[in-house]
Amino acid sequence: MKRKRLRLLIGGAVLLLALGYLVYDGLGSGVVYFYTPFELLNQGSQAYGRPLRLGGQVVPGSVQWDAEIRDLRFQVTDESNQVVPVHHVGAPPDLFQPGMGVVVEGTFSASGVFESHNVLVKHSEQYAPPKPGESHPADAYRTLIKEGS
Amino acid sequence: MTATIGHFSLVVALVVAVYGVVASVLGARRRQEAFTFSGQTSAWAVLGLLTVAVVAMEYALLTHDFSIEYVANNHSRETPLLFTIIALWGALEGSILFWAWLLAIYTSLVVYSNWRKHQELMPYVTATLLTLNVFFLGLMAGPANPFRQIFPVPENGTGPNPLLQNHYLMAVHPPMLYLGFVGFSVPYAFAMAALFSGRLREDWLFLIRRWLITAWAFLSMGILLGGWWSYEVLGWGGYWAWDPVENASFLPWLTATAFLHSVMVQERRRMLKVWNLTLVIVTFALTLFGTFLTRSGILSSVHAFSLSVIGPLFLSFIGALLLGSISVLVWRGDKLKDDAELDGAVSRESAFLVNNLLLVGFAFAVLVGTMFPLVVEAIQGTKISVGAPFFNQVNVPIALALLFLMGVGPLLPWRRTPPEVLRQRFLLPGIGAMLVGVLGYVLGITRLAPLLTCVLAAFIVVGMGQDLVVAVSARRRSSGEGPLVALGQLVARNRRRYGGFVVHLGVVLIALGIAMSSAFSQQRESTLRTGGSLAIAGYSVQLVEVRGYQEPQRLTVASSVAIEKDGRLLGTLEPALRFYPSLRTPVATPAVHSTLAEDLYLTLTAVEPDGSSATITALVKPMVAWIWLGGGVVLIGALIAIWPTPRRQVG
Repeated sequence: MKRKRLRLLIGGAVLLLALGYLVYDGLGSGVVYFYTPFELLNQGSQAYGRPLRLGGQVVPGSVQWDAEIRDLRFQVTDESNQVVPVHHVGAPPDLFQPGMGVVVEGTFSASGVFESHNVLVKHSEQYAPPKPGESHPADAYRTLIKEGS
Repeated sequence: MTATIGHFSLVVALVVAVYGVVASVLGARRRQEAFTFSGQTSAWAVLGLLTVAVVAMEYALLTHDFSIEYVANNHSRETPLLFTIIALWGALEGSILFWAWLLAIYTSLVVYSNWRKHQELMPYVTATLLTLNVFFLGLMAGPANPFRQIFPVPENGTGPNPLLQNHYLMAVHPPMLYLGFVGFSVPYAFAMAALFSGRLREDWLFLIRRWLITAWAFLSMGILLGGWWSYEVLGWGGYWAWDPVENASFLPWLTATAFLHSVMVQERRRMLKVWNLTLVIVTFALTLFGTFLTRSGILSSVHAFSLSVIGPLFLSFIGALLLGSISVLVWRGDKLKDDAELDGAVSRESAFLVNNLLLVGFAFAVLVGTMFPLVVEAIQGTKISVGAPFFNQVNVPIALALLFLMGVGPLLPWRRTPPEVLRQRFLLPGIGAMLVGVLGYVLGITRLAPLLTCVLAAFIVVGMGQDLVVAVSARRRSSGEGPLVALGQLVARNRRRYGGFVVHLGVVLIALGIAMSSAFSQQRESTLRTGGSLAIAGYSVQLVEVRGYQEPQRLTVASSVAIEKDGRLLGTLEPALRFYPSLRTPVATPAVHSTLAEDLYLTLTAVEPDGSSATITALVKPMVAWIWLGGGVVLIGALIAIWPTPRRQVG
């Protein structure tokens, strides 16, 4: 009886240690820091090359999209007015607009450009109807409504 | 008026529920049946009053009663009927009302099905279930009043969250999830009743069998439907993102699945008593914790949730519940000695034991990944996220180990396994697994995780098939029945075992779907002029036209896309973007052409306002439909396991 119990305990301990190692190792490599442009630029060279998420607003007038080679460049800013240029290969997400909140996933390269592999639009939790006089992004697409449809 | 009726019935329900708890406990302590019955009758009354409140809320929604804040925030005159009705569970206060109502339904069903039976346990069961409802009713009588009124009364409301009104699946996913969550309060109540009354033999386990499998099945369906919703609505082509909201529903599922298995060890061998009680308590606490995570706003920021008093109240309740339950468990510790010990290292019970360790470890890893960012933000103030790579790295090995046990466990006998039995039962499944492994490798499945999934799937299926064939032919030899009659009789007499087999088959289908669709998916994205096309994996995707539709509640920009496979026209898909007045960014509405072999998944990512061109993202993912199909098989298996047994066969 005693020996069986010991074997059981050893087996359980091995399983637990393996699990602990998996979790520990996973957290070491799987954690992604979230920075605003201000925080990112304050990190200096420490931020280079690590997987990061950059959150902020798209600077109006900064978006350059080349559909031919599917190359997207824009800038992200925050309240501090610090600006980080972003480079992304692939189309911008659902009707990407200047001024909207975005989260960009990728790495910050030593050249000072954030190389993105994923651009996420921030659907804000607080949704509200547009104020009177404010235009809605949908208005641009009303021309697509055809007669009789 | 509606608001007054609704809130008044909640306050009365609170008083009645408190009375019901007191009466039930008195009934148990003094052994006076009159009190016990009075407590049980108050369970009916609570259900009646909560039904009045739910009807009042639905009436307010349907009559556009914007004097009620909840209606003004979650409904608008343009909202379609279906989404008006389901706005009941669209936000915090409404979902608490819905939760309390479901809890009252479960409580009444438990009281009804055990009427005048189990006189020692039932008063405590009623008292526990009503105590839980006292908490929810108290929340609604006070800080989370769903009938709170606003003045001035707005002309129109904002409508439901656009993401929640974009798909009909929202009508079934949350109720399934909640039926699962709330369903686990029944096993919890019986566990507490067993502890309080001191009746700690195995009878409470038999009483909760059906309730447990029912709650588990509801939760499983809720999780799968959530994945399906995510696939059909969110437009990124996936069904599971290890998002905290998803993890919140998955955590209690993992511990409940562990309990579902370990309960068999206690029934058969009277072992693992403390462990089983702990699993019931933890599972129930995790359902509350899941609701807290998703509804308190803590996920957007640690500091946001304390703005409302509901979050801290919820957290304190979970803490008190855990502390109280564990204390009772410790107090009864001397009555919870196991009657047996593990005999052989290779046996059914040791397989169950390892299965439990893995499932609980799985839950622990998911919990760590979900909570780590919150803890770091609370302590350091830095925002981090733990992404899918962490969860995949940790959980894929655990999931594969669980599949291995799913193959081995059902083949092992209880207590100990003689070597010849091992050889005899493992030979055929082993050969099947090897053949599938070689075949899969030749066909190009060279990566380890998907290949192992196929190998293990083959082992499981051949093992179950062999077991069934042996059992059917044994029955035919002894009874002389035909093969189908013998199979039917066999299943009817061992519903739980063979229901479990069917559930395992469903899980195998789901595992194959997940492994293949994540390993072999292809993606292409292209900006197309009208008439232009893109090619992916043998498909041709041609943009025919871009159109707009105005609907009462939204503007839809739809692209009409003709799809061909290997030169044969398959039909037209309409991936679209939908603009809701309350949201500045559009909601993507993907379109899917689904076959058993693979899905073609199209999203519209951008449109020129003149309709001349559109950007389409096309994904080809193999075997996604197997996941939803597997869900159906799991449901059938659960139904076989809980199907009522004709009375004469009992005992």
